[in-house]
Amino acid sequence: MKITVNGKETFIAEKQDRTIDSLLEELDVSQRLYVTVELNGEILERSAYASTPVAEGDAIEFLYFMGGGSR
Amino acid sequence: MNDQQIERYSRHIILKEVGGKGQQKLFDGKVLIIGAGGLGAPVALYLAAAGVGTIGIVDADDVDLSNLQRQVIHFTADIGKPKVDSAREKMQAINPDVNVMTYKQWVTADNISSIFADYDFIIDGTDNFAAKFLINDACVLAGKPYSHGGILQFVGQTITILPGQSPCYRCLFPQPPPKDAIPTCSQAGVIGVLPGVIGSIQATEAIKFLLGKGDLLTGRILMYDALGMKFRGVDIKRNPNCPICGEHPTITDLKDEIDAMTVCDLKGA
Repeated sequence: MKITVNGKETFIAEKQDRTIDSLLEELDVSQRLYVTVELNGEILERSAYASTPVAEGDAIEFLYFMGGGSR
Repeated sequence: MNDQQIERYSRHIILKEVGGKGQQKLFDGKVLIIGAGGLGAPVALYLAAAGVGTIGIVDADDVDLSNLQRQVIHFTADIGKPKVDSAREKMQAINPDVNVMTYKQWVTADNISSIFADYDFIIDGTDNFAAKFLINDACVLAGKPYSHGGILQFVGQTITILPGQSPCYRCLFPQPPPKDAIPTCSQAGVIGVLPGVIGSIQATEAIKFLLGKGDLLTGRILMYDALGMKFRGVDIKRNPNCPICGEHPTITDLKDEIDAMTVCDLKGA
């Protein structure tokens, strides 16, 4: 199954019941507990990660916390 | 403008997007830089050089040896000196036309609104999420335009926020991460030139805002990967569930995010 992750075409195994939550684990996404997920241009509520299925052709962006700057 | 100023700003003045009128807008402009560190350094230097008339700089810290690898406004001889004083000296040395206001303090829910009241545009050059969320909330509630910047190791990101018009930081990240959840620059490291890239973009946004020219980096977060040497923009929409600028805001006044407070609080971070 083909999806787009952070602008890159990504192939993942066909799998029943794959959710955003399980995809985060499957792809070993960093900041997994805090990362923001944008699915097809919409920011997903964190509470929806476990119930939102991943479909063929989905465009998914992971947005990370970055501090830095002063000190 | 006197002859010296016409000479100093000649490369601006010949740009049709700037001209004498635009340069006057920069003279009249007031920008507040929160954090005189890695991000704040290039912002302060470039805005001073550009002739932004009033530049405020907020930081309670003193210059530390470990800062100098990236905070290019501070020199070896400045170690131990308040960062705001060190920054002001360099800004005034570059351009004596500029009025530099210094605030040797941390921003808090109690002081931020009075500190930024007179400024047109705010730069978030802070290191910790308590400050980043406080700046967002204060700017959104007061309708102050601002530039967010963040850096970690070899990657950075920035977005400009026009409150009420474009998505805010909480549209992307509704809540701060718990303290110590995200590695800091001191724990994870940061390549010294990275804040130079992100801070220079933030300074560009401030200048464009003051000039009223070009398209601001709103509705799009720009991410920079120094190892891959790639820039990528991701379009972001306003989030109807945003706790501060959404349809039913739950945040209506400022408070300090105590739980996120110590994220980057390690000495010399």
